[in-house]
Amino acid sequence: MTRPFIHEEETPQAQHPFTEAWSMFRKNKSAVGALGLLTLITFGAIFGPYLYPTDPFEMVWMPFSPPGQEGFLLGTDYLGRDLLAMIINGAKVSLMIGLSAAVMTVFIGVTVGALAGFYQGIVEEVLMRITEFFQVLPTLLFSMVLVALFGASMPMITFAIGIVSWTAVARITRSEFLRIRELEYVMASRASGASNLKLMVGVILPNALPPIIVQSALMVGSAILFEAGLSFLGLTDPNVVSWGQIIGSNRQYILDAGYTVTIPGIAIFITVLAISLVGDGLNDALNPKLRQR
Amino acid sequence: MSDLLKVENLSVRFEVKRGGGWNKKCYLYAVDDVSFTVKKGETLAIVGESGSGKTTAALAVARLVKAHSGTVALAGENILQKEAEDLRQTRQKVQFIFQDPYSSLNPRKRAEAIVREPLDSLSQKTEVEKAKIVDELFEAVGLRPEQQRLFPHQFSGGQRQRIGIARALATQPELIICDEPVSALDVAVQAQILNLLRKLQKNFGLTYLFISHDLGVVQHMSDSIAVMYMGRVVEHADRLSLFQTPRHPYTQALLSAVPTVDRAKRAQQKRILIPGDPPDPVNLPLGCRFANRCPVAEAICQTVEPELKSDANGHRTACHLV
Repeated sequence: MTRPFIHEEETPQAQHPFTEAWSMFRKNKSAVGALGLLTLITFGAIFGPYLYPTDPFEMVWMPFSPPGQEGFLLGTDYLGRDLLAMIINGAKVSLMIGLSAAVMTVFIGVTVGALAGFYQGIVEEVLMRITEFFQVLPTLLFSMVLVALFGASMPMITFAIGIVSWTAVARITRSEFLRIRELEYVMASRASGASNLKLMVGVILPNALPPIIVQSALMVGSAILFEAGLSFLGLTDPNVVSWGQIIGSNRQYILDAGYTVTIPGIAIFITVLAISLVGDGLNDALNPKLRQR
Repeated sequence: MSDLLKVENLSVRFEVKRGGGWNKKCYLYAVDDVSFTVKKGETLAIVGESGSGKTTAALAVARLVKAHSGTVALAGENILQKEAEDLRQTRQKVQFIFQDPYSSLNPRKRAEAIVREPLDSLSQKTEVEKAKIVDELFEAVGLRPEQQRLFPHQFSGGQRQRIGIARALATQPELIICDEPVSALDVAVQAQILNLLRKLQKNFGLTYLFISHDLGVVQHMSDSIAVMYMGRVVEHADRLSLFQTPRHPYTQALLSAVPTVDRAKRAQQKRILIPGDPPDPVNLPLGCRFANRCPVAEAICQTVEPELKSDANGHRTACHLV
């Protein structure tokens, strides 16, 4: 029997979506490394306080003891508190605020951007003017005012960070929606009877995801930095350790004992970098076009 | 046979902003007062150059672009007046095959999910029934079952267009609008797809509204043909009548531009060249829209717009000189 020639070519094999995404992710060495690092940091943040049960507020030794001396791996700060214990306990707060502020950012940003990009016209005008209003606010100042007015609780700090950071996500989402809604496959879905909600959530959003994922990974990083900034200015709860707060409280002694500022700085740097790399890897792994053909 | 689709005085306009003054609104009539009918089980081809409004007319019939005025009656029901849920249900009856198989398939969905989408949105069938229908559709369009799990980028252009056709067939529509379904494919694949479309028409009794700029394709596919120019139908006749006795000067020029392989025929054939450009679609001329390029235009053509008149055999032409 002769077969038509279109049947002759080799069929690429289809696999389960997660298998495919994981095998793609695994190829990206830096993303895998970053994921390992991030897992380590997360575990450290959760279980660290039990494995190294030193109270981060307790004065354990004389101040400004350099790293490695007298059994204190990272030394002590200006009050003689164990820096390692502070880093471990601060990780939880930094990560939690970073993550929850990023989630809030993405939620507001994607909703506003999607509605503006999909409906256009008056909806877009109103939403984008609101976005611009939040964009021109001096972000740090606005957050400071919010925290100063309503108290420095964790939810309030998260809210203060989220409310000033969502504009970038909204603008990216809108621009992606504007581009994708004109493509033929969106029209094809409409012709197939998809409702507006389904078009937005089921068709356009998944295709708009790559830049949004990257942006949200960056958002986690910048939220951690933002929290560090607020702590540095002394606007967070002094009874809660976070990395930014360690930097802030030791800043006067930066010339005498630089390590007290450098060590939490490195912790922030590594965490933000790891999150960005994982976001980058996710972006590639979730895009079917880049997978093995 | 009875008319399945009856389009009357359909107009589609777009707002364009032109410089000078804040509130200066201009309208571009992409489709201007167009009427045609398609009989059940037959194919009407709409031909015309780029910008003639043929695709816009098709999109308006499928309710994918908002029509400004007119009626589109599908089996007697005006589908332009349907809204919301009613409109969604009507979409079962009218399906669309898109021009570009590379952009008309969602890159994040598997072939099987793309074909199943109309069923998911519009039918109450169970998952098992849907899977069975998808299996049958894949077979009907000549794709293998194991290809269902693949993503669009893993297919060739012709295979992608087969997926697009399978999707259009999923809800058992009465009318399928094909918007230049083969213009993005190379010639060998074009023939496969055209033959597939004809086979499906015969097997399922489909009615096609076929948009194309390729007269060779149109001759192969259609029962009747409407020629559009600048948003208007200038000539509308059955296939034989139009190809043998084209009456409108624009149609004559179009037909003379079809390349022939036969040398003897080629020697006879005299190409009618159309000089110049189409007029500005926003500031249309007073008279016939083709007058400024027409080789036989007379004084009346510059001032009075010709109407689409029918002769005894139903061959309609919009020209003063016919």
